[in-house]
Amino acid sequence: MTAVLSTHGLLARYGDFQALYGVDIELHQGEAVALIGANGAGKSTLLRSIMGLLPVGREMVLLHGEPVGGTATDRMVQKGVAIVPEGRRLFTGMSVEDNLRVAIDQAARMGAKGGWTLPRLHQLFPILKEKARTQVQSLSGGQQQMVAIGRALLCQPRVLLCDEISLGLAPKVIREIYAALPEIRATGTAMIVVEQDVGLARTASDRLYCMLEGRVTLTGKSAEITREQIGKAYFGAGHGVV
Amino acid sequence: MEWFDALVQGILLGGMYAQYALGMALMFGVMRIVNISHGDLVILLSLIGISIATAWGLGPLPVLIVLVPLAVLMGWVLQKAVLNRVVGSDPLPSLIATFGLSIALQNLMLQIWSANSRSLPGHGIESQSIEIGGIYIGLLPLIVLAVATGLTWGLDLTLKRTRFGRALRAASADVEAAAMTGINPRAVYAMATAAAVGILGFAAVFQALRSTVAPADGPAQLIYAFEAVIIGGMGTVWGAFAGSMVLGISQAIGFRIDPGFGVLAGHIVFLVVLATRPQGLFGKALS
Repeated sequence: MTAVLSTHGLLARYGDFQALYGVDIELHQGEAVALIGANGAGKSTLLRSIMGLLPVGREMVLLHGEPVGGTATDRMVQKGVAIVPEGRRLFTGMSVEDNLRVAIDQAARMGAKGGWTLPRLHQLFPILKEKARTQVQSLSGGQQQMVAIGRALLCQPRVLLCDEISLGLAPKVIREIYAALPEIRATGTAMIVVEQDVGLARTASDRLYCMLEGRVTLTGKSAEITREQIGKAYFGAGHGVV
Repeated sequence: MEWFDALVQGILLGGMYAQYALGMALMFGVMRIVNISHGDLVILLSLIGISIATAWGLGPLPVLIVLVPLAVLMGWVLQKAVLNRVVGSDPLPSLIATFGLSIALQNLMLQIWSANSRSLPGHGIESQSIEIGGIYIGLLPLIVLAVATGLTWGLDLTLKRTRFGRALRAASADVEAAAMTGINPRAVYAMATAAAVGILGFAAVFQALRSTVAPADGPAQLIYAFEAVIIGGMGTVWGAFAGSMVLGISQAIGFRIDPGFGVLAGHIVFLVVLATRPQGLFGKALS
């Protein structure tokens, strides 16, 4: 079975600083993969490289077997890859509904087909209907995160990249947001979830990759990997368990 | 009565300024592109319009119909060829690029049209007026104001209600996030600049009808457009319209006080607004 999305020896750098040293990951149809690792391990860089936000070699990223590395970000969205970016990055000065409409507009322009509509999103996150006319900057962090997820879903992705969607949120809100992920997966959308919380990452994924200093140090089924293995992969050899 | 007349004339003058300011509101207020060649584009379009009218013997309306699509095309080319290479979070590259373009355009116009002042023959429309309660209102300024109002209304609705408007607002808020939502920011910016310069096509015809134009006149128009946008508040189209009115009224009242004081009165009001309410009359303060 060919992977929906895969990277092959992915290298990425910010100027003189090399952030990724040959990363290979695979994502299969309908699968949820967690990406864990300490700050600066290269998780966000990996997602940004896939999205065409950093210059990478053409053959380093394959989408349904097609080389797409370095493709412009808007073209990646057109090809069915959407991202919930780190820090949410909503369109300030615009209402919740207008933020979501931007994605609906573009999906319509590109002829993207999928099951996500505004009413369906309102079922998933009812608060978004209530706050439809509110400017996004006056929402709470959790509500903003829901808008960011909604905006990505309305791009009708087959691959969804989620970058630290629990960051800075209260545990109750995190549970609420993570509770929505199974429903998103049920539509057949494959997901890569970058997550700081190892426990959360394990329960929300089928497989996980642990990254350390720009390399993948551990991979396996989320349910089978032990805490000891994760501890070594997370901090490098010679460190104790988590 | 004299002061009421000044107010009315000021509003009519504001209509002209609004036509300069709308394009600026879109480029500077929404896209944060500082286009120093804004005024020069008006003059260039005016001179092209005058040449078209002379060569083909066209009246003002046919000139307008020819000139606006040409202006749209010019705007699109300007964004594609120059501005898309310098657009970004830093406004300085676009400022420098368009500053150079401004000088090049002025010299190009001098080369083609010489330094002489010209105007567009209006076939009598420029001298007609209507009297309402002892105040004479020029027909042409009234048309200018009506067109300015229509353009403002249309642009405001476009920004608020259309796919293009939402995409432009999104790209202005966060270019990278816009691309992550499937927007091609460069294509959206090219359309926006095309619209902005297209509006200058209207301004060019009316400017050449109501007054004379010469290749060196651009920078003054640029200043008025900047002032109107800043008085009104960045990013709001009706704000730019209101800012144009404030500028027009200030100048008209200034002219009544002393004919040499008119333009300066406008600048003073601009400076007072900048000092006391830097976000503009209708802008939102940054929190």
